[in-house]
This record gives sequence, C-alpha cells and structure tokens, in this order.
Amino acid sequence: MANPDEPGKEHPKPDAKPPRDWGGALDVAEAEPIAATQRHAPKQPAPASVPEKLYEKSPTVHNKRIDGPFRRFKWAVMIVTLAIYYGTPWIRWDRGPYAPDQAVLIDLANRRFYMFGIEIWPHEFYYVAGLLIMAGIGLFIVTSAVGRAWCGYACPQTVWTDLFQHIDRFFDGDRNARVRLDSAPWGASKIARRSGKWTVYLLISFWTGGAWIMYFADAPTLTYEFWRGDAAPIAYATVAVLTATTFVLGGFMREQVCIYMCPWPRIQAAMMDEKSLLVTYKDFRGEPRGSLKKSQKNPGDYGDCVDCLQCVQVCPTGIDIREGPQIGCITCALCIDACDRVMKDVGRPRGLIDYATLEDCEAEAVGKPARPAWRALLRPRTLAYLMIWSGIGGAMLFALGTRTHTEISVQPDRNPAFILLKDGSVRNAYTLRLRNMESRPRTMEIALDGLPGAVLWTDTIGQENAARSQAVDVPADATQTVRAYVVASPDTAEQNFSIRVTSLDEQRETDAEQTLFTSPGAAQ
Amino acid sequence: MMANETGPGKRIDEPTGTETVGHEWDGIEELNTPLPRWWLWTFYATVAWAIAYTVFYPAWPMIDRATSGVLGWSSRGELAEDMSAADLARQDVFERIAATDIEKIASSPELQQQAIAGGAAAFQVNCVQCHGAGAAGIAGGYPNLNDDDWLWGGDLEAIENTLLHGIRWEGSDQTRLSYMPGFEGIFDEAQLDALVQHVLSLSGRAQPNASGAETYAVNCAACHQPSGEGDQIQGAPALNDAIWLYGSEAAQIRQQILYPKHGVMPGWKDRLDPATIRMLATYVHSRGGGEASPQPEEAQEEEATVAFNGQP
Repeated sequence: MANPDEPGKEHPKPDAKPPRDWGGALDVAEAEPIAATQRHAPKQPAPASVPEKLYEKSPTVHNKRIDGPFRRFKWAVMIVTLAIYYGTPWIRWDRGPYAPDQAVLIDLANRRFYMFGIEIWPHEFYYVAGLLIMAGIGLFIVTSAVGRAWCGYACPQTVWTDLFQHIDRFFDGDRNARVRLDSAPWGASKIARRSGKWTVYLLISFWTGGAWIMYFADAPTLTYEFWRGDAAPIAYATVAVLTATTFVLGGFMREQVCIYMCPWPRIQAAMMDEKSLLVTYKDFRGEPRGSLKKSQKNPGDYGDCVDCLQCVQVCPTGIDIREGPQIGCITCALCIDACDRVMKDVGRPRGLIDYATLEDCEAEAVGKPARPAWRALLRPRTLAYLMIWSGIGGAMLFALGTRTHTEISVQPDRNPAFILLKDGSVRNAYTLRLRNMESRPRTMEIALDGLPGAVLWTDTIGQENAARSQAVDVPADATQTVRAYVVASPDTAEQNFSIRVTSLDEQRETDAEQTLFTSPGAAQ
Repeated sequence: MMANETGPGKRIDEPTGTETVGHEWDGIEELNTPLPRWWLWTFYATVAWAIAYTVFYPAWPMIDRATSGVLGWSSRGELAEDMSAADLARQDVFERIAATDIEKIASSPELQQQAIAGGAAAFQVNCVQCHGAGAAGIAGGYPNLNDDDWLWGGDLEAIENTLLHGIRWEGSDQTRLSYMPGFEGIFDEAQLDALVQHVLSLSGRAQPNASGAETYAVNCAACHQPSGEGDQIQGAPALNDAIWLYGSEAAQIRQQILYPKHGVMPGWKDRLDPATIRMLATYVHSRGGGEASPQPEEAQEEEATVAFNGQP
C-alpha cells in the first residue's frame, strides 16, 4: 500500500523535533549485545528552541480509519461496554411486591443497593469497599498482564472518544477530508457539517447523562417523570453536568484527558516493568527506515520500516510509536493493525509494531527467537495479583452466602438506668432494633436469654401481656425500632443477659445481643 | 545555550528542549512546560468567577460589616427560610394531632410515633429542668415519670389535663389542687412514732402497729384510703407501694406528716399549643408506666393487678 499523503507534511511538528539519529541502533545491536540492552536509555537530541508562548495549542488529532484484528476487538469492546452502560438499568429482576424490580439499583433515598440477587444495606458497605478494592486489584492484574489494555479498550474516555471519532468520520469523511475541512473557511457546507456533528455529539452526551441517573431510581418511572418535568432537581442537574462533561471530554478534549488530566497513566507507568506487555516498535528490525524505493535500490542498508507514517495517522492520541514507549500511548494497538497491513503489502513479516515486552525485545534484538506475546501473560506477579483478587472475591461471596437476614441490636436506657415500680420490682428499658433484611414482612420473636424470672413487654404490647418472649411484626426490608421493658423481682442483682430475636418462619434465623440488667442490688 | 541567556538559573533542558523554571533542589530541576490552552482559559474563568462572586455575594470586609452583595443573600436569611420550611413541613402533623382525640392517637401507629418524637423534643426544652433528661425526676419532690405510680392519674387524658392546668398553679382555675394539712402539735411523740410505724407497715417495711393504725384511720384514711392505696382524684399518694416522693425513711415520713411539702407544677396551656401538649402527654405516657384509659366499666380494676408477675 502506498502512502497517500506526503510524508513531510504528515510528520507531527516537523519543525519542533530535530531528526533523530537512528543510524546506530542496528549496528550496536549486532556488534555489542550489552550496549543493545541500553537502547531505551534516554538519548540526548540536539537542543531545540524555547517556545515563545506560555501555552501550547493542542494539535487536533484526525486519526485515519483502519481495519484489522485489534480494530475489530475494539469495536466489540465498545459495543459490549456501551450496551452494559446504557442497558443495565432497564433489566428487570423480580423481587416480590416489597422491593423494586430493577436488577441494578442504587437506591440512595431508601439506603439500599440492589445488584441482581444481592441486596446491600448501608451497614454492609464493606461489600462495596471490597468491590472497589477488587476493581483496583483488577486493574493491577490487567496492567501486569497486558499493560495499559484498560486505557486502550475499556476506559470510558477511550470508548466515548472512539465513538465521537467515528461520528467525525461519518460527517466529515476520513483523515484527509477532515484536515482539509479544518483549514477551510467557514461556509454553508462547513457550518452544516459542524452543526450536524455537534448536534449528534450533544444527543449522545445527553443520552449518556440520562443513562447515569437511571441507576439511582426506577428507570421507566424516572424517564416518565423526567420528560414531564416532575423529576428531582438533582436528576436534571446530574444530566446537565454529565452531558457537558461527555460533550467536552469526548468531543473536544479527547487525548488531552489521557495525557494531561488522568492520573492513571502515571500510576500504570510505575507498575510496569520490562516484563509488561506493551505496544512496541521493534526498532532493531525497522531502523534505519527508508522508503521502499530506497531499500530496493540499496538492499541491506535499510530496515523494515518504510516510513509510511500509517502508524502515526491511525493513532487516536496522535503520537509516533516509533519514538518508543510514552505516556501518550494508550496501547489500543491500532498502529499494529496499520503496520501489519503495510508489511503484508510490501511482503515483509508482520509485527514490526507489536505487543511485546521490553525484555523480549532485547532478546529478539540480539537474535534470539521471538517469544509469542501470550507467554508474557503468565508470570508470578500476575498470578499473585490474581490470587489476592480471587481471595477477596471468594471471601466476599462466602460472607454473602452465609450472612443472616435477621439481626438485633440492643441499647439499654442509661438515663434512668433502672426504675423502681410500685410493687418494688425493678424495670429496665431497652431500645431494640430488629432488622428484617428479607423482602417480605416477617414476624419475629424477641425473648429473654438468662435473667431468670424476668418478663418483658414492649411499647405496643401492654404490661398486662408481659411474658418471657413476645412476637413483633417487622415490615419487609426494614428496621423496626422496639422499646422493650424488662422487669425483674426486687432482689435481682445486676447481671448480664441476652435478648434474642428469632424469625418465626421456616428459616428460623436467629441473632442475640448481650446487654446489662441494672438494678439497685449488688452485682453478682 | 548558556544559562544567562534565559534568566538567572534558567537553562534549556537538552533532551526536551524546554526551559527550566530556574530553581534547583539537590540537582533536581523543574521544566517550565507550557500549559495547554484550555487549562489557561479554565484558570481565567475561575478568576472571572471569583470576581463575579464577590459582586453577587457577601464578600469584602468593610469597617463595620462586609459588603452584602447584590443578590442580598445571607446565611441567616437562608437559615430562617429553612426553619420556616421545616415548620411548614411539620404543619400537617401538628394539625392532625390537634384534631385527633388523645385516646385515638394510638390507633395510628405512625401518628403515635410522630407524637412521641415531637413530645420527646418538647420535653427536652420545657420539662427536663424539673423532671430530668430521662424523665426520671429529681429526688426530693420531682416525680419520676417512667414508673407506674401516678399522683394525679396516669392515663393519657389525666396526663394531658395535668399538663394543661398544672398542679397547685395559680394560672388556672382548673388546676390540680389539694393540700395535706400539717399535723404539727396535734399528735404527741408516741402517737407520731406509732403512726410512722403503721405507714411503713403498709408497704411491709415495719411491723403492724395497732395504735398507729387507729390514728391513721381517724386522720389519714379519708384521703390516703384505709389500706394506703391513695386517691388519684385528690392527688393523695399511695402509701402502700415502694415509691416515695419525699423519701421512705421514718424521719422523712415524720417530717412530711408534721410539715408537708406541696410540689407545684405550672400549667402549660398558655405557653404551649394544644398539639405540643398532646404530644408531650403521649410521650410521658409512653415512658413505660402509662396507665390504660378508663374503659367503659368492666376492666376498671385491671390496673390494680398490673403487678410484678414473675417469680419472687
């Protein structure tokens, strides 16, 4: 495939960067294996002039369309992630009449978090903390195994930028047409294209903001209320903010977010080592670069790189991967697709730009056979992360499976600690909180465990019905506060006892909490 | 390139071609990398925002007060708005409670909960000075409201009435009013000792005393009743139970016979609205010792058997 553009024009900032001296690379690799391992040591290029202004106008990236295995994989990831994001709130999940039927719902107003068959209460927030820790370690695993694959494929910034770049292509054509349109004067055609494009940006952004709020309320109801104007102000504000951020970050700032704003590339850079997979230009094979004509004229003088700049043109962040690993590279591998296609056309082996580890590159540079990239996946560090990750996940699943849905907490009255009744007996009062974490109303029995001879009644069950145990109705999925009065004979000493709750259904879940019975008598 | 061409300490960093800022810490230098343009404009926007803010909102300190801002916003004003909004939100509950007969509040558990919560709040403002934060009273004459002993009646209506009109309170002609006469100079020492012993024997604290019983029957039984169960109609305390407002020691009982104390509670009808008084009554009644409302006949003696029924 011939280069459709003139190379000199396409090189980014041709004046800012001096031509780099690539000549020595191949010779060093062949002549001195030890020196070859220092290929990536910083080299000192010739000093350049100081920019005169204190700000830098970001060059617009017009990436060229490309097709290939990685591009198709990127399509698949984009479709799956967008489908998950837009579609999840609309999945229904029957939980019976007492709980919402939305599969994933963060019900902030009622302080419940529903995720398919799992329901989390605020006091179980450690499950959410565990999920966040798993997400963090999950990123470590991914980084350790496949480098910045998160950045390249799954990060929302990448996915939405990719989507918006496709819209650019749809309205304005491919790279060259877009570059021409950018420099064209404003006219009817340009205004029409721009306004059409930005309208679509805005629609997608609005849809993105709208999808977000669906996670926090019943989606069909909220949609109805939203368009009627009855939704909460926070819903409109959230949609407005997210529409604006999507529009600006996805439509205009794009790679600037990755390069200037995102902390993650910096963290990832610290986590990567010579065994991490990254998108690498195999300079030992490509340099010195020369066009097809030159290498045909002087066979043996030039490397495999034909300097067609396809890798630069398809890059969504506008970098030149041949300059080596850099923070602007999100490892989306589109340059691999582009280069492989060119190599096929010129009849050279694929993989001049490829996923490889720096260690493998060094081995390959001194003539050892190339190691397949998948073998970089399995290494002790990745496996250690995987074990920690699955350990936390397993522990959480175990805890979820064995947790009880009936709980009690007991808080004794401290002022007054005890009350003397007319007949001389001693009464203590307790505030009980009965938690029914099932989505149906249940009857629970509260009973005294210990404290012989004592009886109890509650604020709704009169003293005339005082007994060792009482049945209390607890609403579905709720905490019932019960004020309980425990009365014991005058000579009862101060002592510990427990109040036990048992669900009066086939589950017969039980929980007890120890507390103190205070009395004027001496402690036992 | 030489350092003095670009300023003191500044030099061009060769690998990047960027000027340094001119500081150096242990050999570490910082590049003066240019800002992206959007970043610069964001900074300018924050400056513009700050200036606009000081125009619209209270900001610049002057001699005696700060500039008030053209919007006229103030944190006090906002608080006042929030408070009246909260009052407005409670309005409905207050109206419902005021319109509901106090005996009927319990039939709506939700309304009862609101009444108890509202009563608890009002109690902390108006009642804790005498009855204590836990409503347990203060030794020496301020009754405990948690127990099942009531001087003037412990059902909802009786408590509400006491709250409205007070006890021995000059502000209402319906106030609870009764005085125990002082018996100074009426009994001789032996009679007094016998009477104290008899009173103590009513709750099993002393041996029965026949002469004391005789004195009691003549002088005390009219109000305190023959077996000492007291009379809530006239606020005569029960003497046969474990609860003693002014102390259960012989000397304290003797003191009370000779020089009786009379507690005074203000009525609240002029100071609190009817709904708040109703909520207070509901709260006090809910403290664990509230008596059942008098039923139409039948179960009137139920309350007397509300006694400890566990094992001794």
